[in-house]
Amino acid sequence: MTEMLLTGPKEGLFTETLREQMDTWIAKYPAGQAQSAVIPCLHILQAANEGWLTTAIMDALASYLSIPAISVYEVATFYTMFELSPVGKHKISVCTNISCMLCGSEKVMQHIEQKLNIKPGQTTEDGLFTLKEVECLGACVGAPMMLVDKQYHEFLTEDKIDDILDRLNS
Amino acid sequence: MEFLLINHPLDCPICDQGGECELQDLSMGYGDGVSRFTEGKRVVKDKDIGPLIQTDMTRCIHCTRCVRFGQEIAGIMELGATGRGEHMEIGTYVEHSLVSELSGNIIDLCPVGALTSKPFRYKARAWELTAHPTIAPHDAVGSNIELHIRKNDVMRVVPRDNEAINEAWLSDRDRFSYLGLNSAERIAEPMIKKAGQWQTTDWQTALETAVEGVKGIVAKHGPEELGGLISPTATLEEAYLFQKWLRGLGTKNIDHRLRQQDFADSQSDFSLNDWALADIDDSDAIVLLGSNIRAEQPIIAHRIRQAALSGATVSNINFFESDLLMPVQHQLAVDAKDMAYYTLAGIAKALTQANKEDAAEWRELLGERRPSPFEQNVALQLSNARNATLFVGDLINHHPQASVFRALAKLIASLSKTTLVILPTANSNAHLKAKTLPSENGMNTMQMWQSDLCAYVLMGVDPQMDTAIPDDARRALKRASFVVAINSFHSDVINEHADVILPAACFAETSGTFIGIDQQWQRFAGGVEPRGDSRPGWKILRVLANVSQLNGFEHISSQDVVDEIESEWNMGQKPASHDFIPESFSVTSDLMLISEVPMYRTDSLLRHSNALQQTPENKANDVARMNQQEADKRGVNHQLPVIIKQGENQISLPLEIDDAIADGCIYVAAATLASVAIGRMFGQVEITQAGPSS
Repeated sequence: MTEMLLTGPKEGLFTETLREQMDTWIAKYPAGQAQSAVIPCLHILQAANEGWLTTAIMDALASYLSIPAISVYEVATFYTMFELSPVGKHKISVCTNISCMLCGSEKVMQHIEQKLNIKPGQTTEDGLFTLKEVECLGACVGAPMMLVDKQYHEFLTEDKIDDILDRLNS
Repeated sequence: MEFLLINHPLDCPICDQGGECELQDLSMGYGDGVSRFTEGKRVVKDKDIGPLIQTDMTRCIHCTRCVRFGQEIAGIMELGATGRGEHMEIGTYVEHSLVSELSGNIIDLCPVGALTSKPFRYKARAWELTAHPTIAPHDAVGSNIELHIRKNDVMRVVPRDNEAINEAWLSDRDRFSYLGLNSAERIAEPMIKKAGQWQTTDWQTALETAVEGVKGIVAKHGPEELGGLISPTATLEEAYLFQKWLRGLGTKNIDHRLRQQDFADSQSDFSLNDWALADIDDSDAIVLLGSNIRAEQPIIAHRIRQAALSGATVSNINFFESDLLMPVQHQLAVDAKDMAYYTLAGIAKALTQANKEDAAEWRELLGERRPSPFEQNVALQLSNARNATLFVGDLINHHPQASVFRALAKLIASLSKTTLVILPTANSNAHLKAKTLPSENGMNTMQMWQSDLCAYVLMGVDPQMDTAIPDDARRALKRASFVVAINSFHSDVINEHADVILPAACFAETSGTFIGIDQQWQRFAGGVEPRGDSRPGWKILRVLANVSQLNGFEHISSQDVVDEIESEWNMGQKPASHDFIPESFSVTSDLMLISEVPMYRTDSLLRHSNALQQTPENKANDVARMNQQEADKRGVNHQLPVIIKQGENQISLPLEIDDAIADGCIYVAAATLASVAIGRMFGQVEITQAGPSS
């Protein structure tokens, strides 16, 4: 991966590939409303930086979109899918909102905690997994559920969880 | 109500907002006497957002008024709501001081005790304070303010609503300048110098010594050896009595234009008639010429911003680019030579092309030239506008060739039917009315400093910080045989060279009249007793005139003075206006020093306000700035300090590469301890890199 350029004039920020990807999103919104593209841009930059966002990256995005830096911080701190500190290779996001809770998300969480020996917000020592407790991911029909990287896993049982995590571990 | 109070501490007695808290009032009116909430409350870490605003973020109820203020009024969104739900916090995320010059307004906006005034913290309770209406003296807006007074101390300053002037807002400068009132540098007693030693004395002796000294010089060397200089922050009454007393003694040398260097156009009439600050809101085209408007006149900058947001086009022509926090159509940073010769002349030429009959007397000067796209754009912007305004600011007004720029500005304005606003300094409109100006054949500020007069009378003037040529001022005072200073603050030069110091009351301590940019006469009364043994300036001047045995000084209140000024003004002949037309546009080239008086250094009171001096923007003053290209051309870099040499004076400052500065220019903030040694604002300088050892 080429090093991202985070200071200087906005025409040269990040890398050419990243700028192209972000410009596709910016072009989807009316001229002068680049702020609307802040979420997809954060996703692109997070993916390019081992799954997390530094303040320098957010500042650079703010100047790329010509918006105040705090507007980027607000979005990045609001949504649970943006990480502001280093994360493991795989990110496990367990929903503990009402539907999942009624269907046993507490047990799901407990099981993962024991299995990986970490608490929500922590990363395993080998740097493989990060566990997160998140709000509703819109899959109540399949509760209890969790999101592993970009994949939804529904109707979770302990066996099913073991199976998913073991496959990733191998 | 219960939901609002879930996370809000119920400890009003220890909160600084207690007694003036909207949440407390609502809770008193509509809330229950006892909280049913027994769970733990969250605690939020306080943020350090600078020396002006104290945070107590646990008290924040997330109304987001401060965030909206940043977006909508200040134009710089520094505070935001990070995190979500239970974890939402108001803050800057990355800790830094707020840079907005209007940031103090969030103290008023915050309904609870989350954002309060840092200097006022735990100093007084709302119910102990009495409110006293007055006028802020630091810029030409004349913001309406309220002093909150306990016993004889100004505890804080808050804005007073006046839609015609400052609306509901107040600049940080006007809000926190009161902190200088209790500075240890205040002069408390009349002082006279005997055999080189300062002695405190009584008023009678001091006044007699002052009058004897001045009259002695006049008798021995003639009145032309006496000069009077008064700060433009002085009230109308002070200005009037100052010139009346000195004219009574026979001198013609009187001036208040302390930082002006070029007086060639003093016959030109730049006055504005029937113009109100609200007219800015209706402007559809605004051009700023040589004005760092956010620092010079923050409330006017705010009005321009509102106009820009409702569709006005804004152009900015200056010696450096600046972030105006508003949409700017055309921005140009250019050195003085090109600004006069190309930019302004080009705009004027583009305008004359539309109507060949106009400005015949200028035709030869403008010559044959083809305006650049930028010049044409600005010309079109002005001529197509229904209601255009051209502001000329301090960077031009303090320039050694200000008259050339102002003449061109006036030409452009008249060709394009634009309102020309030469931004006044503080209360200088009052000084024009009071005629603290040289009489015919009298000397102006520059001539007075450069002619080494025998005696000077200074009022509210710090000769180092308040003048365009501190070096000449120092020398002139050193050589003078008699110097009277009617000042509020001690200063080194005064202590060294004055013979009599008469302590004058400061802002908030004296009654007076302020005439702002909109020509409104705003009267105000003194709120607190003058510090120590000091007296209101107008009283000192009246008694000086009495002691001098002059007639016509029987005023018993400042109102009497105003009545006299009004009747004199109404009877008096308005001076004839002669437009100044320069002989050529040649403005000296080579490396030009760009001197700007920083926002919090413009007058003595501000320079003694600790909190304002602690702000990061003020602390950033002691550097020289130039762009990369210019630094390369001059063979200097930012790794070592640079030596800036002007004539025989030189200073050494760290160099900061700042590409906002125009080619051929080096920017050094004026009126700082480091920069006064350079001797003169603006002008040519030479620059070399300091050696590693120096």
